Amino acid sequence: MSGGLSILVIDDNKIRASIIEQGLRDAGHEQVILVHQMDGLVRQISDINPDVIVIDLENPNRDRLEHMFQVSRAVRRPIAMFVDRADSGSIEAAVDAGVSAYVVDGLKRERVKPILDMAISRFRAFSKLTEELEEVRTELADRKTIDRAKGILMKSRNLSEQEAYDLLRRTAMKQSRKIIEVAQSLVIASGLLDD
Amino acid sequence: MNAHLTPVIAGFIPLLDSSVLVVAAEKGFAAQEGIELKLIRETSWANIRDRIVVGHFDVAHMLAPMPIAATLNLTSLSTSMFAPMLLGLGGNAITVATALWREMTAFEPDRLGEPASTGRALAELIRARREEGKPLLRFGVVHPFSCHAYELRYWLAAAGIDPERDVDISVLAPQVMADALAAGQLDGYCVGEPWNTSAVLAGTGRIVTYKQAIWPNSPEKVLGVTEKWANTNPDTLAALLRALSNAADWCADPDNTEALATLLARPEYLNCELEVCLPALTGEMQLDQNLFVNVRDFVSFSGGLSAAPRSAHGKWLFGQMVRWGQAEKSDEASASVERVYSSQLYCDALELSELQDDDSIQLFDGSH
Repeated sequence: MSGGLSILVIDDNKIRASIIEQGLRDAGHEQVILVHQMDGLVRQISDINPDVIVIDLENPNRDRLEHMFQVSRAVRRPIAMFVDRADSGSIEAAVDAGVSAYVVDGLKRERVKPILDMAISRFRAFSKLTEELEEVRTELADRKTIDRAKGILMKSRNLSEQEAYDLLRRTAMKQSRKIIEVAQSLVIASGLLDD
Repeated sequence: MNAHLTPVIAGFIPLLDSSVLVVAAEKGFAAQEGIELKLIRETSWANIRDRIVVGHFDVAHMLAPMPIAATLNLTSLSTSMFAPMLLGLGGNAITVATALWREMTAFEPDRLGEPASTGRALAELIRARREEGKPLLRFGVVHPFSCHAYELRYWLAAAGIDPERDVDISVLAPQVMADALAAGQLDGYCVGEPWNTSAVLAGTGRIVTYKQAIWPNSPEKVLGVTEKWANTNPDTLAALLRALSNAADWCADPDNTEALATLLARPEYLNCELEVCLPALTGEMQLDQNLFVNVRDFVSFSGGLSAAPRSAHGKWLFGQMVRWGQAEKSDEASASVERVYSSQLYCDALELSELQDDDSIQLFDGSH
């Protein structure tokens, strides 16, 4: 696509950066460059000469980047934050999602807005993914704990696996707690007794 | 979680002078005033600014010039702000690489960090380097609109060094300064504690002067609040200011220094070794591997009148913005700055009589 915008994505998180890159490429942007480290960034930016810079908010180098835009003669033109000061909805959405963007002054808002929207939605998708992954991990860990609790009961009370699980479930119901909580207490208690 | 408490969300950067906020939240001072103070740690001042503007934070730990820059529309995402309380005085130092200090000693700088003397030594070294055709020395500051930037520039300029031409000043996050110095990417920097001490302890840096010597008892961080939030929540803000004043008094009590350092070192705050926090809090600063000096009020927190912002503070900071080409002078801008640094909100909340501004600011070179 001739006359397409060049977009620089600065993100320490390589997976997230490539998710954004893919999204931008799918939307027809061919000039997408990923940067993972800040060493020599001024030179990199002046070489790449980007129209739009997307950076994650966890990055401690935002202050450095903003200063560079203010003073550097190497960077093409002063770069303004976000799309438009008036567009407070986008700004809020971006900060909520954990991303920030800088845009070469003078670019039309209509050209830049879809890029920012894309970055926002990909950042959101990524946090959702991370949360889900975390849930799966917890779920696995929970299952392991319950298995260990069952094992302890089977051994100490000479129960079958089903009887051990039923006992955990009944205890949880009686105490209005979750099975995992009862299992955790049991595992901890048995660990203490073993010592 | 207490249903009777009003929640206030505060953003902070993990630095020594986040103490007052941390203590207000942890030692019950906020709760005493009916506030549940929730602290959120941030990684950059840009994030602090963005998140207070979009309303994620009600208040924030801010560099003293930031509310002025935001009010005067000098940065992106600007908005009218107040700096209703000083959260810390002093606390910064200028550190140079040990190799640079060795070169400076040829010009006999004061070993205890007297700013005029160390500045003169650096100026003579810079002249010598220029004649030898050596590259510009590189200094780091944490933010363009920071006391660090103004202190470094003031110190250099007072010695006849042009900060724009004779050195190269760039912005780096405080937590990476010491590493950049060790890696030879910087020759020196101005940063808050504990990031000077960490270079001294590592043997890579030498403290050449400090904020308390450049401008004694000067503001460093402030509580930042948008005009909009202050106007919508006047009672909450007043209660918060009382809580923070009490917390600051607790921090100022030498009996609490050890407890304060232990609290700050925790993973959710500075996440550092206790030894790194302590020197600045006790004033027992280590300038190089073998030299210890006691600097009275190296960093200081106290409530009551000494935490009140003064319009003279705002005026000085704005003066530096104009001096270094960040802002243009105008009557309108001066009036705005005066509002940002008005002591009224603070004095009303604490029932103090409002300050008569005495313009008593004095820097090391006698000017003000």
